[in-house]
Amino acid sequence: MHSEKQKHAFEPRIIAFVCTWCTYAGADLAGTSRMQYPSNVRLLKFPCTGRIDPVFILKAFQQGADGVLVSGCHPGDCHYIAGNFHARRRFAAFRKLLEFIGVDLDRLQFSWVSAAEGGKWVEMVTELTERVRAMGPMREFRELALEEQWSGALDAPELKEAYNSI
Amino acid sequence: MSRIGVFVCHCGENISRTVDVERVALQAGKLPGVAFATDYKYMCSDPGQNLLKRAIAEQRLSHVVVAACSPRMHERTFRKAVESAGLNPFLCEMANIREHCSWVHEDKEEATVKAIEIVGMMVERVKKNRVLPNITVPVTTRSLVIGGGIAGIQAALDIADAGHEVVLVEREPSIGGHMAQLSETFPTLDCSQCIMTPKMVDVANHPRITLHTYSEIEQMDGYIGNFQVTVRKKARSVDEAKCTGCGICMTKCPQKKIPNAFDCNLGMRPAIYVPFPQAVPNTPVIDRENCTRFKTGKCGVCQKVCGPGAVDYEQEDRLIVEPVGAIVVATGFKLYTIEEKPKGSPIKGYGEFGHGKIPDVIDGMTFERLASASGPTGGKILRPSDGREPKQIVFIQCIGSRAREKGISYCSKVCCMYTAKHTMLYHHKVHDGQAYVFFMDARTPGKGYDEFWRRSIEEEEAVYIRGMVSRLYQKGDKIVVMGSDIAVGVQVEIEADMVVLATAVQPQVGADTLAQKLGISYDKYHFYSEAHAKLRPVECATAGIYLAGACQGPKDIPDTVSQASAAAAKVMTLFARDKLEREPIVATVKEAGCVGCFYCKKVCPYGAVEEKEIRDRQGNLVKVVAYVNPGVCGGCGTCQATCPSKSVELDGYTDEQIVAMIEAL
Repeated sequence: MHSEKQKHAFEPRIIAFVCTWCTYAGADLAGTSRMQYPSNVRLLKFPCTGRIDPVFILKAFQQGADGVLVSGCHPGDCHYIAGNFHARRRFAAFRKLLEFIGVDLDRLQFSWVSAAEGGKWVEMVTELTERVRAMGPMREFRELALEEQWSGALDAPELKEAYNSI
Repeated sequence: MSRIGVFVCHCGENISRTVDVERVALQAGKLPGVAFATDYKYMCSDPGQNLLKRAIAEQRLSHVVVAACSPRMHERTFRKAVESAGLNPFLCEMANIREHCSWVHEDKEEATVKAIEIVGMMVERVKKNRVLPNITVPVTTRSLVIGGGIAGIQAALDIADAGHEVVLVEREPSIGGHMAQLSETFPTLDCSQCIMTPKMVDVANHPRITLHTYSEIEQMDGYIGNFQVTVRKKARSVDEAKCTGCGICMTKCPQKKIPNAFDCNLGMRPAIYVPFPQAVPNTPVIDRENCTRFKTGKCGVCQKVCGPGAVDYEQEDRLIVEPVGAIVVATGFKLYTIEEKPKGSPIKGYGEFGHGKIPDVIDGMTFERLASASGPTGGKILRPSDGREPKQIVFIQCIGSRAREKGISYCSKVCCMYTAKHTMLYHHKVHDGQAYVFFMDARTPGKGYDEFWRRSIEEEEAVYIRGMVSRLYQKGDKIVVMGSDIAVGVQVEIEADMVVLATAVQPQVGADTLAQKLGISYDKYHFYSEAHAKLRPVECATAGIYLAGACQGPKDIPDTVSQASAAAAKVMTLFARDKLEREPIVATVKEAGCVGCFYCKKVCPYGAVEEKEIRDRQGNLVKVVAYVNPGVCGGCGTCQATCPSKSVELDGYTDEQIVAMIEAL
């Protein structure tokens, strides 16, 4: 149980966007059951997955998250009747967009964890942490932020090339 | 400039064991905007709360972050404390460093770093919190009780006796539930019918109780104090207002060969029937699946013989909308049936005990019907196969219960006691018979329970064998039960005439569908979840919905009645005032930016978004914008994430707040 903790060269940063009724409560249950999981995850509580704007996921990556987790109530169990259905649709489309701009979708996980599934929460966080750890740090967005801001000029060679290719 | 106060709780040792709380407070104190940071052993205790209140006054704090347990636990506590110190309660946030940090990590360094970050996030968030005034809404002082078993009956009577109207909805044609099926009850051996039926009659006669039997919940809208519940009153084919309950239709019905579910299919009933003679209401219902009239169109006897002309073949389902302020869910349980393995169920089944294959292997409820004076055998214990009296009877406990490998890991709580009762009932009725019980543990906590169990062994001569049954098979007209007696360490083989299985208690069929309609949560077995296991055991996390009885977990009658009365008391507390303060977590529209696309209206699950016209001084229409009715808004925020112009905002979860948290990382 109390085995010597392995030291890793890279500790990924995982941000979890969760709904308060199911997954947040599930994570609470993991706590009250004293289950153990990697400390890499930071939770942000929302009333419902329906509230989660995809922009937050981009923002999280930009702020240095190496992995993002979005989790709410199982389909049909939404406290707000249908919020998770809207979230599901929104994220299905959003994943395509992320894929298009070149984000490895293995860094982003959507799932359903109910208030009774403390064990599933632990498994999922552990798995995602290990997976992202193996993938290494997510640099693309951070490097973008470091690059000089786009001047607004429309005659930049990259833009010209892009226009011409359309 | 904000003057934030950060209060870090040790929670005894629960947090301080793995999180260096002093360091968390020290680091928090260095964050921009933080004016005061401290730690304390128990923040939620009286001195802890006083410390917080004093700091608000002395340090002139503008916002508060309490780093302690889950907000689901104590957010309300601290917001109240903050409010009493003169701050708006929504300027207080909790950082969860217990459930999400100290309890799930072992490494002190890691946990401390995480705690500091969590506190940092909440500090950034709280800076963006706004003063939110509470919203008051009117309360409809009328309640709905779902389920007409002992739990629902008790809750309905208590609420109605307190002077409030109650609507009681029952799925079956009669109220009474499982308790009406029992022969006698432990630990007093009271006749169940004798204590149950007067309560059923009280419900029927109560001036403030509206009873909808043979009805189900179709839909629920609204929120605490203001629910609109649609009840589907299934077509009974008999007019309740006209029927006198004479019963002539039942005696004349030519189709009398339908197994009676109330008698666990041991007896027969006609197609037009009441489930049992003491049914409330005493109005029959036509079982359309088995009625010749509905199958072939060629009967009609009941209509001809009915004096008052109550039989109506044309009757259709009716939908009734009931406005209520509170809901008590009391849908009860069912017994785990071995022969049916529902599709997709994680429960693996118990083929090895022969239930459903060997006719004389029955479950506990079937034994109740055999022992009941009103049962199919008139209270004689007889074998279903040949009607002989069993001289050797074996009871096997924990069928389904406490079997992790089969999919149910919980204890069904009532089986030890009812099996002890069964051995007594058997011994009272078959004097020369012998009862054997295979058991794992005898669990008899309860007033007078252990004495009762001992009586079954010491006075009623039941032989208890500690160990499980390994094999059971039919040999001639006997059932051979092989098992081990682990107390003595020998193999036991009994040639029994009848075997009774104490099968597990499971939530009622359709418990999950109902939960989805009501928006309440349930566990993996589909038992409904209470808001807090210890401190809020009768409330759902969804405000205004309360739980009673076995739908929340296996329970015996005394516990069920206690919980039902507790739920009723909660309803009465809610009804004690005619106005209710609700959390102001609702969406508001920034009209300047709204372009009137009404995507928000499309996604709103509550229908809270309305169209609002904006006119200039001359009365010319400028534009149509969205308006969120704060009384109807549930606060999910789906509209905000959908709005293309970001013109609708959920108070308490604004983009500013969320982005501030992400940026703090």
